[in-house]
Amino acid sequence: MSALPRRVVVAHPSALRKIVTPAQAGAQSPSPRPPATRLPGQASSPRGQGDLPARIFAMALGIAVFIVLWAFIAKFGRIPDPLSVGKEAVKIFSDPFYRNGPNDQGIGWNVLMSLGRVGIGFGLAAAVGIPLGFMIGRFRFLSDMAAPIIALLKPVSPLAWLPIGLLVFKAANPASIYVIFICSLWPMIVNTAVGVRQIPQDYLNVARVLNLSEWKVFTRILFPAVLPYMLTGVRLSIGVAWLVIVAAEMLTGGVGIGFWVWDEWNNLKVDHIIIAIIVIGLVGLVLEQALIFVARKVSHG
Amino acid sequence: MDKYLEVDALGMVFEKRGLRSAVLRDISLAVKRGEFVSLIGHSGCGKSTLLNLLAGLLRPTAGHMLLGNKEIAGPGPERGVVFQNHSLLPWLSCTGNVMLAVERVFGEREPRARLLERTRAALALVGLTDAASKYPDEISGGMKQRVGIARALAMEPKVLLLDEPFGALDALTRAHLQDELLAIVANTGSTVVMVTHDVDEAVLLSDRIVMMTNGPEATIGGILEVGLARPRDRLSLATNARYIECRREVLEFLYQRQARKAA
Repeated sequence: MSALPRRVVVAHPSALRKIVTPAQAGAQSPSPRPPATRLPGQASSPRGQGDLPARIFAMALGIAVFIVLWAFIAKFGRIPDPLSVGKEAVKIFSDPFYRNGPNDQGIGWNVLMSLGRVGIGFGLAAAVGIPLGFMIGRFRFLSDMAAPIIALLKPVSPLAWLPIGLLVFKAANPASIYVIFICSLWPMIVNTAVGVRQIPQDYLNVARVLNLSEWKVFTRILFPAVLPYMLTGVRLSIGVAWLVIVAAEMLTGGVGIGFWVWDEWNNLKVDHIIIAIIVIGLVGLVLEQALIFVARKVSHG
Repeated sequence: MDKYLEVDALGMVFEKRGLRSAVLRDISLAVKRGEFVSLIGHSGCGKSTLLNLLAGLLRPTAGHMLLGNKEIAGPGPERGVVFQNHSLLPWLSCTGNVMLAVERVFGEREPRARLLERTRAALALVGLTDAASKYPDEISGGMKQRVGIARALAMEPKVLLLDEPFGALDALTRAHLQDELLAIVANTGSTVVMVTHDVDEAVLLSDRIVMMTNGPEATIGGILEVGLARPRDRLSLATNARYIECRREVLEFLYQRQARKAA
């Protein structure tokens, strides 16, 4: 027995994409287990384990080169240079939670509003998607039933659902939440279903020879065996949701980091847009790392 | 004649996409209470299928099986199964894995403290007291297999079904676990059916050796009464005339009468 599923918890995103290709959404064939790839930041350099100071130096150098390149481009183009953006950033972050009416609020409020929408949409998607994934994974008939629908809807850009959301909910906020719900749903369903289908027959045989009750089978065998796959789905969903919320808010307006970007574009404050890009990147990074951390914790349970 | 485990005219035919493959035919066997019976045969002869039938994981297509005069109609905890690949749940500690089985069998009748006591006793029986809180990926292959045996024994099954329990272990660990199994069976008086492809293992452990013919349509080719006194000792048996005779008989059966055609 080589890679047990719980060791695969922290597969690299590039490896995870395998699980969620549309072809497998229908899941006619059991897909290969995600390979136990290394974590980013954990000996992920192509030439194996470098020593830490050298790696920190390389990262610092990369950032420095990036900033120099940016400064160079800024000299000739219209984008603001790193220094002025830095100064502006200090100004913005010295008071991130101000409120001057509904359309002028600090960047902190904007990020929190966006995170709130992602949280609600994502939470609803988990509540629906994970049980659905379990059922689809466990019952062949349901899987075949769901396959064409998932295959058709999964590749659709979540933003295409926005008009439907606006039509149904007649308000921007629930419409964006609804878009997040839709885009988070598929990775959750598909990964949970794949996880259920990947449970080694050995474990199910243990359940059978012990003649365990359905509840015990679920809590002691199905759930722990599927948990790593589920968390992979959760991580993919959060990643997609964070990508999508920015675009959705640009279209719907209100308070939120996506809207903030668009608003600053209308004010022609390009330095603010660059700050927003960096903030969006950092928040996405933190979300991803937090879930990797959770996955790693759970995998040693 | 107290037949405890009784197999009568058992046959097994797998049918997959219209393809019929007859694996077992006309298997009849009676195992006495406290007896240790080995099933030996070339790979593919259906000995594991027979064990899975006894475990209730498969349903026979002909014949029937009785355990203590009750029909075997599905899997159940009165038959303790030890799988070849240990089949421990990696998210449970050794204690957790054994406890899962103990809870299933005794959970409704006994308080939790008593269940833990049973779990501890089972782990002690296989010499794993110190590793009780470890997880399967923290212990060696031999230890995992011992946990598997402890899990099966802890249920106090009517019969212990072992599917090549030591097949995946190195020779030294295997010998060590065989000796332990001898001691455990002597202590508990368990009824055991074991699948093996190791002639020495079969002779050392068994009261009777059931030799299976080659498949398809494998059946019992002969039954050897080992008749060696217990307790048995590996070293003194090596020069024991009866041991050598048994060994020769099984080898002769496997390599002359059931010689594998060059595949």
